[in-house]
Amino acid sequence: MIARAVAAARRRNADRGARTPGAAPPVPADAVPSGVVPAGVVPADAATGCVVRLEDVHVRLGGRDVLRGVDVELTERRVGIVGANGSGKSTLARLLNGLVVPTAGRVLVDGLDTRRDGAAVRRRVGFVFTDPDAQIVMPTVAEDVAYSVRGVPASERDRIVRDALAARGLAHHADHPAHLLSGGQKQLLALTSVLAARPRLVVADEPTTLLDLRNTRRFAAELAALPQQVVLVSHDLTLMDAMDRVLVVDDGRVVADDAPGPAVAHYRRLVDEAAPASRRGAS
Amino acid sequence: MTPGTYRPGTSLVHRAPAGAKLAGLAGVSAVALAATSPGTVAAVVGAVAALYAVAGVGLRAAWAQVRPLRLVVPVLLAVQWLTLGPVPALVLTSRLVALVALAGLVLLTTRTSAVLAAIGRGLRPLARVGVDVGRLALVLSLAVRCVPVVTALAHRVRDACRARGRERDVRAYAVPLVVGGLRQADALGDALRARGLDD
Ligand SMILES: Nc1ncnc2c1ncn2[C@@H]1O[C@H](COP(=O)(O)OP(=O)(O)O)[C@@H](O)[C@H]1O
Ligand SMILES: [Mg+2]
Repeated sequence: MIARAVAAARRRNADRGARTPGAAPPVPADAVPSGVVPAGVVPADAATGCVVRLEDVHVRLGGRDVLRGVDVELTERRVGIVGANGSGKSTLARLLNGLVVPTAGRVLVDGLDTRRDGAAVRRRVGFVFTDPDAQIVMPTVAEDVAYSVRGVPASERDRIVRDALAARGLAHHADHPAHLLSGGQKQLLALTSVLAARPRLVVADEPTTLLDLRNTRRFAAELAALPQQVVLVSHDLTLMDAMDRVLVVDDGRVVADDAPGPAVAHYRRLVDEAAPASRRGAS
Repeated sequence: MTPGTYRPGTSLVHRAPAGAKLAGLAGVSAVALAATSPGTVAAVVGAVAALYAVAGVGLRAAWAQVRPLRLVVPVLLAVQWLTLGPVPALVLTSRLVALVALAGLVLLTTRTSAVLAAIGRGLRPLARVGVDVGRLALVLSLAVRCVPVVTALAHRVRDACRARGRERDVRAYAVPLVVGGLRQADALGDALRARGLDD
């Protein structure tokens, strides 16, 4: 299982070619500041989000057209994505940090092409997955956060980790095995670890789906308070009210792109219309 | 409490370097396994008990380390008692319990990260023959992390089998366990990549 995880991570990196000098991005790939800033404290540029452009993106997976021509530019601080199970939301989210690359078209994050500059894109774009157990990679809480902090001396790293855990109320769990945390705490740890890498954009794919109401609120409040740009995929429509812009995905296409009110209303209509003749079933 | 779970503390045993503790464990194990005299084994048992006292982790934690042996030890003791006689039986089983307890104490008083770092240092010479020691250390960490995840998956699959009345169907147990494990491994691969394994 371990070998497979590492091999999977490696295999999918293999398609990243070297960057061609001709297509210089507007911002250098290694513009991530190397200065040491405690993770609890926000670096000055964190609030400066990314410009994400999807240009006529098609994604074909396992012989299926999962996304069919998505063309959007995301610059808002809070972008929501809603849609039915299997509509392509996760694939859309994964495009943003290059975990999935387009079959046709391209995805640019601050001018960096996710296909060629995957690693550089992932340094700017943090990703929170649905299942916290699948994204906590180290045995203990502190070690997991430390895995995100690179290129600083050990003592400095330990201080950054301590501050980051304190900021999310996890300080007294630092040396606990991650698997003993509650689901809500695990997801907070996942967020803490993502933030410790100091991304400028945080993409969260249904981060509260496995949490109870109280933990959902807690997690949503943490997300809302972030200075970073956030793209949030969720079935919890109440979370969409706080968004600046909401995309509705249906059958591989963005079918509505609007303020939360009208976008959610569109999504509800879509579901209502499909309901009577519902032969499609859950997917 | 699960065996081998680190318990923070400030005792001498906690503060001793991880490498020294691992080397000590290896040394004591070698001595104890070679020894058959009741005197040596009694000394090992006494030393382990003394180290537990110094570490101050408490009886409950000590019991948790040897608890997995509770079903094996009586059987072992009985068999050896009948075949070898009472003294060798007591010597052999107490040796086993003492070594398991000692290994447990090392894990109880040492952060996993320190254990892994010490192992990593021990493996460093392998770098000369082309082994990526950093990656090897990461794999060790992941392995430690995956134990509870896979255990939880196994429990879920077993419960699902039971809920559907398949108590002893090996296939109904093994197939979802393997598929679930592979899926989890893929998800972990994605998480590693999202967190910059490729940096
Ligand atoms: N690797 C893959 N291989 C084949 N089909 C896939 C793969 N990933 C996703 N799909 C399919 O693509 C569709 C959209 O998936 P996804 O983006 O996960 O949707 P959502 O997150 O909206 O539920 C689903 O029908 C899913 O089964
Ligand atoms: Mg999804």
